[in-house]
Amino acid sequence: MKFSEKWLRSWVNPALDSVALSEQLSMAGLEVDSIDAVAEDFSAVVVGEVIACGPHPDADKLQVTKVDIGADEPVDIVCGAPNCRLGLKVAVATVGAVLPGDFKIKKAKLRGQPSHGMLCSNAELGLSDDHDGIIELPADAPVGMDYRDYLELNDVTLDVDLTPNRADCLGIRGIAREVGVLNRLTVTEPAMAPVTVTHDQERAVILAAPAACPRYLGRIVRDLNVQAESPLWLRERLRRSGVRSIDPVVDVTNYVLLELGHPMHAFDNAKLEGAVQVRMAATGEQLTLLDGNQVTLTDDVLVIADEAKALAMAGIFGGADSGVTSTTTDVFLESAFFAPAAIAGRARRFGLHTDASHRYERGVDPELQRTAMERATALLIEICGGEAGPIVEAVSPEHLPQAAQIVLRKARLAKVLGISIAAAEVTDILTRLGFAVEEDADAWQVTVPTFRFDMAIEEDLIEEVARIYGYHRIQAAAPAAQLRMIARQEGKLSAVSLKRTLIDRGYQEAITYSFVDPKHQAMLFDDVAALTLPHPISVEMSSMRVSLWPGLVGAVAHNQKRQQQSLAFCETGLRFIPAEDAENGVRQQPMIAGIRAGKAHPEHWSDGERAVDFYDLKGDVEALLAMTGEAGEFRFVADQHPALHPGQTAAVFRGAERIGYLGAIHPQFEKKLGLNGRTYVFELELDGLVNRAVPEAQAVSKYPSIRRDLAIVVKQSIAAGEILAAIENIGVNHLVGLNLFDVYQGAGVAEGHRSLALSMTLQHAERTLEEQEINAAVAAVVDMLTSEFGATLRE
Amino acid sequence: MALSDIVAAAEAAVAAATTAQQLDQVRVDYLGKKGALTEQLKSLGKLSAEERPAAGQAINEAKQQVQAVINARNDELKQAELAAKLAAERIDVSLPGRRAERGGMHPVSQTIARIEAFFGDLGFRTVEGPEVEDDFHNFDALNIPANHPARADHDTFYFTPKTMLRTQTSGVQIRTMEQEQPPLRIISPGRVYRNDYDQTHTPMFHQVEGLMVDTDVSFTQLKGILEDFLVNFFEEELEVRFRPSYFPFTEPSAEVDVRRKNGQWLEVLGCGMVHPSVLQAVGIDSEKYTGFAFGMGVERLTMLRYGVNDLRAFFENDVRFLKQFN
Repeated sequence: MKFSEKWLRSWVNPALDSVALSEQLSMAGLEVDSIDAVAEDFSAVVVGEVIACGPHPDADKLQVTKVDIGADEPVDIVCGAPNCRLGLKVAVATVGAVLPGDFKIKKAKLRGQPSHGMLCSNAELGLSDDHDGIIELPADAPVGMDYRDYLELNDVTLDVDLTPNRADCLGIRGIAREVGVLNRLTVTEPAMAPVTVTHDQERAVILAAPAACPRYLGRIVRDLNVQAESPLWLRERLRRSGVRSIDPVVDVTNYVLLELGHPMHAFDNAKLEGAVQVRMAATGEQLTLLDGNQVTLTDDVLVIADEAKALAMAGIFGGADSGVTSTTTDVFLESAFFAPAAIAGRARRFGLHTDASHRYERGVDPELQRTAMERATALLIEICGGEAGPIVEAVSPEHLPQAAQIVLRKARLAKVLGISIAAAEVTDILTRLGFAVEEDADAWQVTVPTFRFDMAIEEDLIEEVARIYGYHRIQAAAPAAQLRMIARQEGKLSAVSLKRTLIDRGYQEAITYSFVDPKHQAMLFDDVAALTLPHPISVEMSSMRVSLWPGLVGAVAHNQKRQQQSLAFCETGLRFIPAEDAENGVRQQPMIAGIRAGKAHPEHWSDGERAVDFYDLKGDVEALLAMTGEAGEFRFVADQHPALHPGQTAAVFRGAERIGYLGAIHPQFEKKLGLNGRTYVFELELDGLVNRAVPEAQAVSKYPSIRRDLAIVVKQSIAAGEILAAIENIGVNHLVGLNLFDVYQGAGVAEGHRSLALSMTLQHAERTLEEQEINAAVAAVVDMLTSEFGATLRE
Repeated sequence: MALSDIVAAAEAAVAAATTAQQLDQVRVDYLGKKGALTEQLKSLGKLSAEERPAAGQAINEAKQQVQAVINARNDELKQAELAAKLAAERIDVSLPGRRAERGGMHPVSQTIARIEAFFGDLGFRTVEGPEVEDDFHNFDALNIPANHPARADHDTFYFTPKTMLRTQTSGVQIRTMEQEQPPLRIISPGRVYRNDYDQTHTPMFHQVEGLMVDTDVSFTQLKGILEDFLVNFFEEELEVRFRPSYFPFTEPSAEVDVRRKNGQWLEVLGCGMVHPSVLQAVGIDSEKYTGFAFGMGVERLTMLRYGVNDLRAFFENDVRFLKQFN
């Protein structure tokens, strides 16, 4: 709600400056977003009258004028505006004037003719974008008067960002009432006496949907001159509210909307047939709106219709066929109460949002219709002449909102606010708000006036009391609660602790959007149908991620384009897998993922540099798995994944369940994804990692451990992991450590084979191991490796 | 040769020895089986019985003297050898260490972690929930029925008329209250989504919402806990003001502004007393219990705390930006 401060002050005028008034409104819950001057700075512009006007001798488009500016002598001014004419009252920038944009007016000659000033357009004064000629002032404008004073331009526009509950303040009347309450001032409404009825033509009104429209007032105003111009004061008030002047009928309905907060509509009476009906639309019914768009209505949309057709979407938008035009002489004015529930959401469904729908869907005062009708009629006749007919009021009293009766219990007020406010002050606050109050021992019985249609329950009153009492006066107190410990499960790993492990290993945590580029995602996950946003910010942000990889790949590509080559990012968050059996049709699964590219570590004077590889990433994953205390539960198994290099992909299993993948991004995608070189990724289901074994301590052996090394030769196709698993699985007695410390292929090892060097550490808990026990254990391993894997001992 | 001359010669030889081998040769030359002093012992036989003990003792003393000199020299040589070895092992300690580069937590996560810690200390449990939400949990249960004007203010990303990306984490509070009865103290951090993208809006951002429901929770306590939080979060004595506002799910409602030294008022929080309809919708007796709820934008708090000017930097993941928070 934007409005002129002077307009507000004509209703109620507190002794506060603009800033203090704005602060007061904000602190009462009517947040003032901005205070803007209604006109840019300019000086030495006065009202003048063109007293001589003739063509310029040397220029077709210029006129030479003499302008009376109330000084001893008229001034010579050359003007290029086509509407410049003898007798016109104009806005004159005199010599010495400074206009917006630091434009200084000096004595000049235009094509040889003296010009000591300028006749201004609205655009030149920064008042509007209107460049169409110079300003035309009313004939009664006092010559010589400063133009700022004449227009009362020393004014500001206040923009109040109203919350949806305060629709009562969507008009000067409501704001003024609020200012009156806050400052204990009486609000002076402008006189809005009923207009004298001078003809008896009327149009019947039928309420066919009384729950949606319980009150409808109609009136025919005849013989209007719609060519008349709205007065300057009215146009200025509209302008300061950000509303353009159109024609007197539109201007008057807009004015009443801003002044009283009550929408109105005017139909061209000549275009209506028979009685006006307020009814629900028929499904499929067509209506062409004022903006020329044709809409197809449904049966939950309320329309104003005549006997032949729908005329307007009630409370939302007028129809083109019944609208007022330049040839209209008689209008049918509408002032109606529509129930918010009948209007809410409808405008949005048709892509509309109008000043009327904004108010009706939040609510208007159900008792204001007649006042608005009289106010609009009076203004219309004042501007356009014409004759007012009788008001026809159709009303369904049982469907009208009733004045709410609310009990405010003293104990409840104290309980919710936590303070005790003196009963007299509460009574005073409620009374000032215009509520009828009866106090008894335990409560206030409150009757709420119809203009505060937002009041329905006790909490509404508690808020009103607190708001007017002042939130700043409610002291702060520490909450009191019973001490109760929060369960902290040692057997659970948090996502943060897992993330910290990666961070300690060099990963930077990234946060990437949950919606990704469908092209990239489809490339990497051609086998998963992602959830798509029907109305995304952009196509590149329209596909819900089925993995954290697309986002992380994007983060790497973004940085590589900025000379950052060595990168390690991790992220935790949900992936979204469509699944019919899941809540809301999507499985939302917490994941932890990482990506690495570039060097394995910073280039070092001693260790040189090395590109990151699969085993760097695997080491990071193993570090995460180790946090569970059950590293032995996990297996890495060579696998295939559409996003990954077919020869560098491992699936990670916990027991029988696959919990994720790691590998190199498939080289064929690198360029398409904007990646610079080999990039390694992993992703694991958090649920597969969070269970941690709580330690069960074992005694530490006091006896010596023995290490035996074995070098075996096996076919290259045999996975080292299987060999290690097999050794652990055969249950070698007293094996406490197993390590693969060398892998070799080349000279001395047969083609297609490789040599693996293993160390086994053996130790007994209660005694020193005998040599033959050790030998037997090693022999058992060798036998198994020979029979299971065809291994030979390397000499 | 006189014994003293032998000893003097031995001492000279010891002094001249510069290696362990040379020193050992000196030992052999004087104290070995055929060494000069050992030879002297053999001459004892030529002496009379009376002279023998004194002469023997003199030789033994000479041997001991030489042995002592050898030992001392041996120690000297070992010291010198160690010193030489240590000198050879001198390194340039100013060369860069083999440091494993550490990464860091995203600043948004750091802020969430700090908020969780402040409230966790007061017994607020962290609860998370789904991001694809249904209209019951995102709107209806929060007293925002279909067609409520507040729905239009949310710029919701809908999938269907019934499902959407959550616009607030309040759904988590509803889910918690559906399961548990008061007393309740929870906070719910997480991603939320609004269809808006410009200088000051990103279509995804983070919120932390908090909820406390108990028998005697009041507006004064809401003020107390949030003032406490803001002073601790910013670690400065800043001004805090509560401004009346409106949220469908709280009443009375407030927006909270802070003013730091010489600054403007900046809105950082929304809050209020839980609306009785919200409690009733999840089966909590709104006569017996009252509650407060609050919600804060994590990015905004992070920007204010660390002086970040561009909201969008949080989701570009430029490492040069992120590393400043490591």
